[in-house]
Amino acid sequence: MSQIHTLTMPKWGLSMTEGRVDAWLKEEGQVIAKGDEVLDVETDKISSSVEAPFSGVLRRQIARQDETLAVGALLGIVVDGEASEVEIDAVVEQFQATFVPGDDAEEDRGPKPQKVELDGRLIRYFERGEGGVPLVLVHGFGGDLNNWMFNHEALAAGRRVVALDLPGHGESTKQLERGDLDELSGIVLALLDHLDIPAAHLVGHSMGGAVSLNIARLEPQRVRSLILIGSAGLGEGINGDYLEGFVEAANRNALKSQLVKLFSNPELVNRQMLEDMLKYKRLEGVGAALRLLVSGVFKDGSQQLDLRGVVQDGQQPVLLIWGSDDAIIPANHSAGLKAQVEVLPGQAHMVQMEAAEQVNRLILDFVQQH
Amino acid sequence: MARKISYQQAINEALAQEMRRDPSVFIMGEDVAGGAGAPGENDAWGGVLGVTKGLYHQFPGRVLDTPLSELGYVGAAVGAATCGVRPVCELMFVDFAGCCLDQILNQAAKFRYMFGGKASTPLVIRTMVGAGLRAAAQHSQMLTSLWTHIPGLKVVCPSSPYDAKGLLIQAIRDNDPVIFCEHKMLYSMQGEVPEELYTIPFGEANFLRDGKDVTLVSYGRTVNTAMDAARNLAARGIDCEVIDLRTTSPLDEDSILESVEKTGRLVVIDEANPRCSMATDISALVAQKAFASLKAPIEMVTAPHTPVPFSDALEDLYIPDAAKIENAVLKLIEWSKRS
Repeated sequence: MSQIHTLTMPKWGLSMTEGRVDAWLKEEGQVIAKGDEVLDVETDKISSSVEAPFSGVLRRQIARQDETLAVGALLGIVVDGEASEVEIDAVVEQFQATFVPGDDAEEDRGPKPQKVELDGRLIRYFERGEGGVPLVLVHGFGGDLNNWMFNHEALAAGRRVVALDLPGHGESTKQLERGDLDELSGIVLALLDHLDIPAAHLVGHSMGGAVSLNIARLEPQRVRSLILIGSAGLGEGINGDYLEGFVEAANRNALKSQLVKLFSNPELVNRQMLEDMLKYKRLEGVGAALRLLVSGVFKDGSQQLDLRGVVQDGQQPVLLIWGSDDAIIPANHSAGLKAQVEVLPGQAHMVQMEAAEQVNRLILDFVQQH
Repeated sequence: MARKISYQQAINEALAQEMRRDPSVFIMGEDVAGGAGAPGENDAWGGVLGVTKGLYHQFPGRVLDTPLSELGYVGAAVGAATCGVRPVCELMFVDFAGCCLDQILNQAAKFRYMFGGKASTPLVIRTMVGAGLRAAAQHSQMLTSLWTHIPGLKVVCPSSPYDAKGLLIQAIRDNDPVIFCEHKMLYSMQGEVPEELYTIPFGEANFLRDGKDVTLVSYGRTVNTAMDAARNLAARGIDCEVIDLRTTSPLDEDSILESVEKTGRLVVIDEANPRCSMATDISALVAQKAFASLKAPIEMVTAPHTPVPFSDALEDLYIPDAAKIENAVLKLIEWSKRS
């Protein structure tokens, strides 16, 4: 049976309302497989590729190059099987007749992060999806829940997925008491309590990986599995120059020379990303929180806590995802561990953003089995 | 958390938060409380346009109405600052500077230097600048370059609510005299501002837009005009980089040069009169330090060399608008094609 699919403008992150078509990567008439990159789209925050959520033949490129379109707008038509031009015309016509672009007001009505007071601190979190054993997404040093903008929605297709801002980060309270992994792990556990989540799959990126490992060490019964991406806690080395440079950077050039180390494609570090990061770093308390974390977790460019034992104990299944060219925490930290190890060639530290589709598939396949 | 508030509210919030944090911060000036001495909320106007409204009741004894004597109260603020408190002194309109220039340029600006670095003068002078309010020649000037000319002063001119709050907090914490220029036509501008305290360092220009064809440099209200022009030009396929200086002293020379070295074309937009202005200063800087990168002459879009007219029609013509900026950009693009 044939099916006419509509490929539409994705929504990446909380604030995206529109995107500009940068270039088509597939020609009309070309066969595409689910997960193939079909076109590049640029927003004011980031550019990335739109991946096909279905397989078939790209029959129509509706969006033109350089055209700016609202989230949800029609980009192209992919047909799985046979369909006549007339049938395609009818689908396009019907889509365009009924499509209403969202505006700012609608964005306000959409799903929004919440805030809750935990241990006297305001913590921001964002929930999507329902059912199953929940996934909890824990960002890294200097990050926030937007680090999962290309993952959160996709992972939440069949289950509850919660992302949070660790204290000192995003829109959570900036003050830290000790700035060690126990303090950060305590907040994640307090959030699980608040949300009545007895056990979860923990997905941790970078320092968030070490936080997840530490939770598994402290309260193993609450952790169904561990998915660790470019994770800290599994070796001694870490790029101390990056940490120092990131904490000290007070202007866009200083910050840019650090942030490019996170990505395989340095062009992703655009004006808006730098401005957003500077706005975060200027907030009262952020500098002190970051410095406390560096001295508590990553003192003198070496990781303070070795959590390889948590993996080797084998109480939870572990998936390790790493970019082969990670310039912050080397991929060879994954060696010799009792875990499913996936090293993505050519990728860097922010692999969950740059190779989102691949990472999402690895995570979904993994949690399916456990 | 960021939410949308006005430029005026952002300034009010910065004052309130800093006064709460630091008991040595206080406000003084003409009508900053307004009706002080008379009871009741309605009598506290909070300045001629209400920027300090509400602070008189929140901070008893720390919002001081002064006599109508700039020479007297600005001098008192300079003296107070040298004695270890942090006055935020309001000079209602920058045009009134003539009445207190000695206190600022001969006293406040010179102390650190003349006392061998041993004296500090943590003074902020908040003052309203700019044309557009139909307030005529004595209440509409853009005297930013007057202050920028004087070593020992720092000069700030925010273009958005976010910048207004972060730059004012930085100004209050700074240990040197700061002239904080608020454009009166921006008071109602809305923008996202974090509730938390934050500071924006002086001498760091803001890139509002990255572009490869032409660099537009401005500060204050006309940054927004330059952004309008850049949007219109983008529709014609011309890609402008827009730089907001944020502070004219210190001046972020590196950002200007870095941008012109990339684009090879410069338009400086300045609402001030053109002689000895930021427009001429930046043009000279680029001509001297980035001459080899230039693909066309430098363009300046400024007010004319006249007082600000009272006639609506003439005042509108006086102020640099998006059309003038677009024409200047098109002229540069044409020039490059010709040669």
